[in-house]
Amino acid sequence: MDEQEKLGFWGKLKSSMKKTRDSLGGRIDELVKYYKEIDDEFFEELEAVLISADVGAEFSAELVERVRQQVKKQKIGDSSRIRELLQSELLAELGQVEPLRLDEKSVVMVVGVNGVGKTTSVGKLAANLQRGGKRVLLAAADTFRAAAAEQLKVWGERAGVDVISQAAGSDPAAVVFDAVQAAKARNVDVLVCDTAGRLHNKVNLMNELSKMRRIVDREYPGAHCETLLVLDATTGQNAVVQAKTFAQACDVTGIILTKLDGTAKGGVVIAIASQLGVPVRYIGVGEGIDDLQTFDAQSFVKAMFAEEGSL
Amino acid sequence: MAFEGLSEKLQKVIKDLTGRGRLSESDVKLAMREVRMALLEADVNFTVVRSLVKKITERACGQDILDSLTPGQQVVKIVNEELIELMGSTHSTLQYSPRTPSVIMLCGLQGAGKTTIAGKLALYLKKRHNKRPLLAACDVYRPAAIEQLKVVGERVGVPVFEQGQGDPVAIARAAVAYGAAHSNDVLVIDTAGRLHIDDALMEELEKIKAATEPAEILLVVDAMTGQDAVNVAESFNNRLDITGVMLTKLDGDTRGGAALSVKAVTGKPIKFSGTGEKPEDFEPFHPERMASRILGMGDVLTLIEKAQANVDEEKAKKLTQKIKEQKFDLEDFAEQFKQMRSMGGVGAMLKMLPGAGQMKVDESQIDEKAILHMEAIISSMTPAERRNPNILNAGRRRRIARGAGVEVQDVNRLIKQFEQTKAMMKQFSGKGMKKFSRGGRLPF
Repeated sequence: MDEQEKLGFWGKLKSSMKKTRDSLGGRIDELVKYYKEIDDEFFEELEAVLISADVGAEFSAELVERVRQQVKKQKIGDSSRIRELLQSELLAELGQVEPLRLDEKSVVMVVGVNGVGKTTSVGKLAANLQRGGKRVLLAAADTFRAAAAEQLKVWGERAGVDVISQAAGSDPAAVVFDAVQAAKARNVDVLVCDTAGRLHNKVNLMNELSKMRRIVDREYPGAHCETLLVLDATTGQNAVVQAKTFAQACDVTGIILTKLDGTAKGGVVIAIASQLGVPVRYIGVGEGIDDLQTFDAQSFVKAMFAEEGSL
Repeated sequence: MAFEGLSEKLQKVIKDLTGRGRLSESDVKLAMREVRMALLEADVNFTVVRSLVKKITERACGQDILDSLTPGQQVVKIVNEELIELMGSTHSTLQYSPRTPSVIMLCGLQGAGKTTIAGKLALYLKKRHNKRPLLAACDVYRPAAIEQLKVVGERVGVPVFEQGQGDPVAIARAAVAYGAAHSNDVLVIDTAGRLHIDDALMEELEKIKAATEPAEILLVVDAMTGQDAVNVAESFNNRLDITGVMLTKLDGDTRGGAALSVKAVTGKPIKFSGTGEKPEDFEPFHPERMASRILGMGDVLTLIEKAQANVDEEKAKKLTQKIKEQKFDLEDFAEQFKQMRSMGGVGAMLKMLPGAGQMKVDESQIDEKAILHMEAIISSMTPAERRNPNILNAGRRRRIARGAGVEVQDVNRLIKQFEQTKAMMKQFSGKGMKKFSRGGRLPF
């Protein structure tokens, strides 16, 4: 990443996360200004700030408790140091993330509940990989939702990538089968499969996902397989349950966090990263085809806490 | 993140305090921490939680504990009542305008489920209210959104007005004229998903509103939305003065605290909810049920209603009569299984029971097939055997097992279960029979 590109990434992420900051970094600053001394009330307010960013009530309490311990241990009296303390706590939770590598022949399954932005993410991901010099093929394995395949085809056209599809209502596993055959025949580097949105508590639909995965494993034995779970950043604590259930059903290897533009909170990914250890791979920050960014924990936390003036 | 019901939690916290006549301040304080946590973990907005907890504390302090309740239950009862009160005590109906078509405009974030629920709403209007609805495709931005609405419209048998990817305001206006000319009495306008902070797109909605003068502007909200639900609802309400809310994806396992947040900040009623993948999965919103759900207390009301809808009254009466005369036989036993299946199976019923939330009912673990096997066993008997199970000797049992494709032990188990049920019913037919027959239903 050269300097120019880095700046562009920074700016985009920062401005897209302005809203998150308004509710987190900005509000912590306000808190610090208001409470010069660190007392119980300060911690209570700090907890509220974290909860309002969807970090979750229990997890927020835990984080605040840790900060409280640090304050005690290091004998911190000045509230302005809370910011860095919290920042390092959050960073520790997110952990070091190895970048997603798709060097060999790969299949990427994109899964998630309804309306989180799977198809859009698949389109953006295809463009992203294509730009990186990969030969990409898309599979429209959402045969359930009306016009899902059409939507994916539009994205395919935008990204300049072919889409394998069948008639609406056909077996999604059959689409995956076809797509794998096509990927092999065309010597494609990465096959990205869009799947239908499914609520994680519907066992039949979750089994359908496992079946698609089995087809890939059987028909494309040499391929490296990634399963990316798409989460909507506006989702609350249910996202944790979603992540857990999908991880059980189809071995989720990463998360795409969408709709981080403007409205976003996304605090729930911190809880997910800490509880499940599933890394966030990409974040969606806009409606354009280039608005999918590789996730970087450092930048993410930094952007959460960025100061108004540094924009 | 244990999704333990609030009820259980509270009872644990204040179980030692039973025996006292009223709730003391320290009881309430202890309980309120649990209430606060439960509401926050259910995604109710924290400012809403704050004011709610304050209100509940005031009400609960010094309150008499009813004879039938423990202190924990008493607190739950107060919390439940406050939630229902906040959500509006009865569900609302739709308003229509004097001129036709009455316009219902939908709005919301991306992926909330506007297009899907537009189709469901149109079907509901057509089937339940004998309307002639028209759908208008004003989402000109998302790829294939128009196509999606057309497919949805076709599925529910409602015409769709579209003009491709033109100006949404002009399309909306044209749709009104088209509806008026084709005697459609309701027009449902599907709009593009947008962020509430996107000024240009919010302005577009204002223009659509000005051009079509909707009788209803319904905000579509994903039940899984987190803390941001208040900001979303507030922005849409400030710009458009919405008339109500539709809650989608309620068939998930989210607690749905967003419902409470949205109602609290807008004061507008939640009118309908989307509850499944099929076009018919759409119902009027029930505040009482939502309150129980947010508190993790199960949806007993829905279960009762489902049972009522599925149990044949005539059959129930006959059965009661038979039990009275102690003539309950295997035919009746089989009938019970059939009714249980028609209520959506054991899994569906279990999930609605209080406390089942934290049991983490795994549908795959409940053997729905076991019931099918039992039915098969009974089907493999002769009518005489069914009416008089006493004649079932070893030879007959072997034959039945072969016929049903099961082991003899399975047949034995079934007969044992039948005997137990019969014995239980004998007790019923004694003292409790009067109360029981009024409901006319078996305690399955």
